Amino acid sequence: MISVTEWRERLESERCSDMLSELLERIGESKLNAYVTLSEDAIKTAELYDREELKGKLAGIPVAVKDCITTRDLKTTCSSRILHNYIPPFDAHVVERLREEGAIIIGKTNMDEFAMGTTTETSYFGVVRNPHDLERVAGGSSGGSGAVIAGDEAVLSLGSDTGGSIRCPASFCGVVGLKGTYGLVSRYGLIPYANSLEQIGPMASNVHDLILLFEVVAGKDERDSTNAGRGFRFEKKEKRLRVGIIKEMTAKDDVMTKFNESVELIESLGHSAGEVSMKSFKYALAAYYVIAMSEASSNLARYDGVRYGHALDQLDSWTRYFSRVRAEGFGDEVKRRIMLGSYALSAGYFGKYYLKALKVRTLVKNDFQRAFKDYDVLISPTMPSTAFRIGELADPLTMYKMDVNTVPINLAGIPALSLPIGFANSLPVGLQVMGDYFSENLILNFALEIEENLDRGEAFKQI
Amino acid sequence: MSQQVTGQRMERKDEVVIGLEVHIQLNKLNTKLFCSCSTDYHEDEPNTHVCPVCLGMPGAMPVINEMAIKFAVKVALALNADVQPFTVFDRKNYFYPDLPKDFQISQYDRPLAWGGYVTIEAGQGEKKILLKRIHMEEDPGKLSYRGSITTARYSMIDYNRSGMPLLEIVTEPVMNSPKEARQFLNKLRIILEYLDVFDGSLEGAMRIDANISLKGGGRVEIKNISSFKGVEKALTYEITRQKNLKRRGKEVRRETRHFDEINNITVSLRGKEEEQDYRYFPEPDLVPVDATGIIEELRGTIPEMPEQKRIRLAEQYGIGENFAKVLVLDLKMADYFEEVAKSLAEDGINLNVAASWTVDVLRGELNYRSKDFRFAYSILEPAEMVKILKYLTDGKITEKSAVEIIRTILDKGGNVDMIIEEKGLFAIANSEIEKLCREAIEKNPKAVEDYIAGKEQALNFLVGQVMKATRGKADPAETARIINKILS
Ligand SMILES: [Zn+2]
Repeated sequence: MISVTEWRERLESERCSDMLSELLERIGESKLNAYVTLSEDAIKTAELYDREELKGKLAGIPVAVKDCITTRDLKTTCSSRILHNYIPPFDAHVVERLREEGAIIIGKTNMDEFAMGTTTETSYFGVVRNPHDLERVAGGSSGGSGAVIAGDEAVLSLGSDTGGSIRCPASFCGVVGLKGTYGLVSRYGLIPYANSLEQIGPMASNVHDLILLFEVVAGKDERDSTNAGRGFRFEKKEKRLRVGIIKEMTAKDDVMTKFNESVELIESLGHSAGEVSMKSFKYALAAYYVIAMSEASSNLARYDGVRYGHALDQLDSWTRYFSRVRAEGFGDEVKRRIMLGSYALSAGYFGKYYLKALKVRTLVKNDFQRAFKDYDVLISPTMPSTAFRIGELADPLTMYKMDVNTVPINLAGIPALSLPIGFANSLPVGLQVMGDYFSENLILNFALEIEENLDRGEAFKQI
Repeated sequence: MSQQVTGQRMERKDEVVIGLEVHIQLNKLNTKLFCSCSTDYHEDEPNTHVCPVCLGMPGAMPVINEMAIKFAVKVALALNADVQPFTVFDRKNYFYPDLPKDFQISQYDRPLAWGGYVTIEAGQGEKKILLKRIHMEEDPGKLSYRGSITTARYSMIDYNRSGMPLLEIVTEPVMNSPKEARQFLNKLRIILEYLDVFDGSLEGAMRIDANISLKGGGRVEIKNISSFKGVEKALTYEITRQKNLKRRGKEVRRETRHFDEINNITVSLRGKEEEQDYRYFPEPDLVPVDATGIIEELRGTIPEMPEQKRIRLAEQYGIGENFAKVLVLDLKMADYFEEVAKSLAEDGINLNVAASWTVDVLRGELNYRSKDFRFAYSILEPAEMVKILKYLTDGKITEKSAVEIIRTILDKGGNVDMIIEEKGLFAIANSEIEKLCREAIEKNPKAVEDYIAGKEQALNFLVGQVMKATRGKADPAETARIINKILS
């Protein structure tokens, strides 16, 4: 993996445009399928750096952006056929921030169609392969953004996380990923899957780089009414923490072995660890899917082939026209979620599903609030297993269950990070660190300390 | 069971029951409801007042226009409604090409305001038309066609209107005739114009859905009527249609109908079975609105409403009740009158003159020219009107001349003194008229004889002679008085 420090060191003696060409060449030969679109402007931006015309915190650093984040004049598809030709007329807030800080937007990363998935297998453009084992998935839905970091195809990347979509690929690819407190990063320009749950967040090869990118993208934006109106600045703090291990968030034995090792490490660093039980979590997965699918069914209504995206070249009646556009444009998983969401919102079922899910959401928030009275941070394995084989999870329900450790965080809106803690059977394992609202500083200090004390040789094993 | 029957009887006491849903464009706002596009699109090319937000582009997000909330709260307070401190926007989901997101941001179970009423005149007294609720929503775009809707091969969409702030006012089913419905709408429009939130003259400013049911029949909804006259016509047509069905022993189905404005009939759109399920749920891109501050700020700033103004005008200026009633129908007319009246009051002139000349003469002349008092303000300022009325009450001009001056100014502009000068409209002094009267009597002994014999027309002839000699500048009534005096 390429750290920001390494990239900057090379920039001292090499031309940015040469380094970028080399990177693009590697991507061209790559088997990962991590990018949907590469930016033609990337080289020009690198040349600006060479002419010392590019300034900012990320000057000259190649950053990959998930393909559900709008980029002006650069195709943004959500890995869906329905947007296969869509070129947005505006930049997302986070993309504006990247440009302001001199980043080189290298391209748009592959993902599950409309971020609906845990493996990036639902992408219209094909599955993303895991750099640690090409026969395995990179996780999802931000599979491309995870794989480009692990596979040396970008230095930093942005993903989005609705129910674990940053943390899952971070865990499977052995990189660091953060979903911040809901509202800390503007969603303006994030093509919505489930608005009330999702956040854009950074992915990187190490915690320092993660902090750098998070500081750039978090911040005030009046165009997002749910924005918290504040930014993030990291402060180094040494503090012994009370660490809660969530009983209900478990994993397969090989993952648990690595997880337990990290608990030992945490305790050896002087933190105290205890177990905490979250009663509401048994309902969290169901509630998450009801809310996410309900919002999705409405969000995805606009893709009707009238204003942009996939269209038909013959006239037809309105109902037949948009029905055909959608039948052709959406993949099976997207259709499944639209139908389930429409059903959950329909008259007679609204109270039974949607309202009940909102109640569970409140219970989950309360459980977290209770836990944060006794613990500074909470930890769990990020995913119940390591990366699966491509095609291994054919049954949708089995797939949905893979999100069990990650979705409660989105229901509550609290921040959570996935940190690589080693390998099980040569596949990366992630540790999930959760904190109270706006406790990113605490989480990142903690993660930094663990990272510094891990057996780096193993955690950062090259492919 | 028996109670239920009684309840139904109570409810169905009236033969016809009408409820209205009125959609009002808050078109005096500068920007749309959720973006900063200008609302001033009526003269412009299609799709020129649009942005990613009102086009529903993926990733764009709505932000509530706070002024729109203020306008809406103002209306709700003026309509005596219970404005809610906590109000939520919801998504109303349905597919339609004029709806860029294929859902509309509206309000469902936590609207801006509950209740309220509008008072209309009914028979001898007044009737309170009760309101159910008032909520805000975004306007969709507009479909248009090359040629006519029936011959065009495809629809075109103009999204300039998309995202315009709408206020939906829903009445209880309490009106009992098409006339009452029209009176309610007229009154509502006047109130909105008093509040300065709405310009009813702009295309699409007010659109109405009407619910109507006849005793024993299903409730029929008539969708999207665009004029007050249309509402009255559609309802009148429906009453006839439904009565005819009943007469033939047929059931009036619960359904939604469309008003065909060209043929003045309603046609079935869909039955009850085909009613849409809008799958409402809270808009996750917006946070609930806390209107407490706005309510506090605006309470007490609601301007004088028509009722209060009517009472005040009658009292303050000592004018007839009927004048006051008409004056308040149009805020600009009332303002015009007040300016004229204030100035004339200083000269101790009876202000019924000012009221009459505003309501009867000037309003009539404006109507004849399809103009309103906004136009009157621009061309015949109240100060000029004061001048006319002063000359008139001083006897310096005749009523006929006053009307001529008004007409001339409305048609060609100019000022009062200039027109009097040009046309020589100053009335002739009474001594001069008396001289001319004596001449007429001397020259027409036959007419004098006839008049004394009791022929009234003979007097008209003599007055006519004087009018001719003065080229119409003499006041006919005054002339007749002088002739009578000489002959008695
Ligand atoms: Zn706009």
